Amino acid sequence: MNVQDIRNHFPILSSRVYGKPLVYFDNAATIQRPAEVVDRWVSLTESCNANLHRAVHHIAAEATEAYEQTRDAVKDFLHAEDRSEIIFTAGTTASINLVAFSFGEAFVHAGDEIIVSEAEHHSNIVPWQMLCSRKGAILKVLPVDEDGYLQVSQLDTLITERTKILAVNHISNVLGLINPISEIVRICHAKGVPVLVDGAQGVVHQPVDVQATDCDFYAFSGHKMYAAPGTGVLYGKRKWLEKMPPYMGGGEMIETVRFTGTTYARLPQKFEAGTQNMAGTPTLKTAIEFINLLNDKELIASSEAVKAYLLEHLMQDERICLYGVPHGTEDKISLFSFTVHGVHHEDLASILDKMGIAVRSGQMCAEPLMDRYGVTGMLRASLAPYNTMEEAEYFVQCLDKAIQMLQ
Amino acid sequence: MKSLQEVENEIVENFSLYDEWLDKYEYLIDLGKNLEPYPEENKTEDRLIKGCQSRVWLDARMEDGKLYFSADSDAIITKGIISLLISVYSGRTPQEIAGSDFSFISRIGLKENLSPTRANGLVSMIETIKKTALDNLE
Repeated sequence: MNVQDIRNHFPILSSRVYGKPLVYFDNAATIQRPAEVVDRWVSLTESCNANLHRAVHHIAAEATEAYEQTRDAVKDFLHAEDRSEIIFTAGTTASINLVAFSFGEAFVHAGDEIIVSEAEHHSNIVPWQMLCSRKGAILKVLPVDEDGYLQVSQLDTLITERTKILAVNHISNVLGLINPISEIVRICHAKGVPVLVDGAQGVVHQPVDVQATDCDFYAFSGHKMYAAPGTGVLYGKRKWLEKMPPYMGGGEMIETVRFTGTTYARLPQKFEAGTQNMAGTPTLKTAIEFINLLNDKELIASSEAVKAYLLEHLMQDERICLYGVPHGTEDKISLFSFTVHGVHHEDLASILDKMGIAVRSGQMCAEPLMDRYGVTGMLRASLAPYNTMEEAEYFVQCLDKAIQMLQ
Repeated sequence: MKSLQEVENEIVENFSLYDEWLDKYEYLIDLGKNLEPYPEENKTEDRLIKGCQSRVWLDARMEDGKLYFSADSDAIITKGIISLLISVYSGRTPQEIAGSDFSFISRIGLKENLSPTRANGLVSMIETIKKTALDNLE
């Protein structure tokens, strides 16, 4: 299978902006959706729009089946032990907030400690800060080195007997480096500390096996892995989820409700309050099938070639400072954040936009990391398997032209 | 001195010389590069315009009943935009500025051709200039 075969699944990729072919390099923010995902989304809306689980009628049964089959598909995709460990949410942010609240209610007390890394997205910082201020707990930070690698060796001293949980990204949305999750989990578990992994960037780039890595929680979003926006997953080990109180109340998360007291539903419904995203969530299954389709030798080879080309170019160009410098190409995904000496990232993004290239500029929801590198923002090009070498070459030419205009 | 309207018309005409927005950006970049130097000591928090992704400082002083603006930004296109505004509004009376509808911006199509964050920044710049004029009305 070649890149063009894959591109055919995405009508948007042949569109033009400002009269120029669209080059979409903002995949880490939102990846484009293939036609089969859109079709599934639309057909569920058209043909089985009904409340799940409880209604006793045909289309509700169909909708429920589509939703619950998706849970099985996600369970298999993550290699989870049990389907009740798969909680559907509105996305990574919702998943992490759920854990920060419910795990926090059950296990975090005044004076306890929580560790996050310096390279986290705000969604994996702020919920923990909110928990800390609710409980009087302390947030500690695992730093990255100059190249962007997590300083895992510091965990030994960072973790104390007060540490209740460590939250870390699988792959940083700024640095694009693949973190050694298994190793981090091993170190943490040796000291009795559970680990939450923010898989927003990881899930679409790396096979995930939650049993092999043994992480306690894994969170991700649908819109970054070809599924509908407003969908997402929280994987949690049963032993934790069972001990955690519900996050939100109402809808199907109950067993019985009396004014004298309420008992809660079993997993996973306990954490799925309110009306579910009936049309959106099942597109996760379609997206997983699509991701499996991408596991193709020819396609992977072409993506790797594009990545190597961009990496080499961006590292060689002396005007450019790349963040997340890999010690080997296999350490990094096709995601490149950089600054250009004497050029504002927003100017660069604006010029590239007029050339038809969509990139991200700014703080990328990672202000602490911007501070770490002493910059007000960066430019980020993030690629997907449907991006071609021609696009990468065009990007390099345009980048050069834009820098010349601006310097 | 040319009237406010004449200067506005000139700018609209200059912009219409370029068909492509990339070229219009190039023109803005040139304006930005040619903006008069702004004193470092005036890069203060109170002169910073809120609501821009890039930082923009705007300083105003009254002299003989007219407002004079100077500005700077760490982004060159933003600097070009503020330079455009200065060329129209600097050296005008507060009455003139307060009476302007800033319509030349939409005649250029500037706002529509900026990113949403930049468009917000442009609105903030215009509001700051207007407010300065209103504050200085007799």
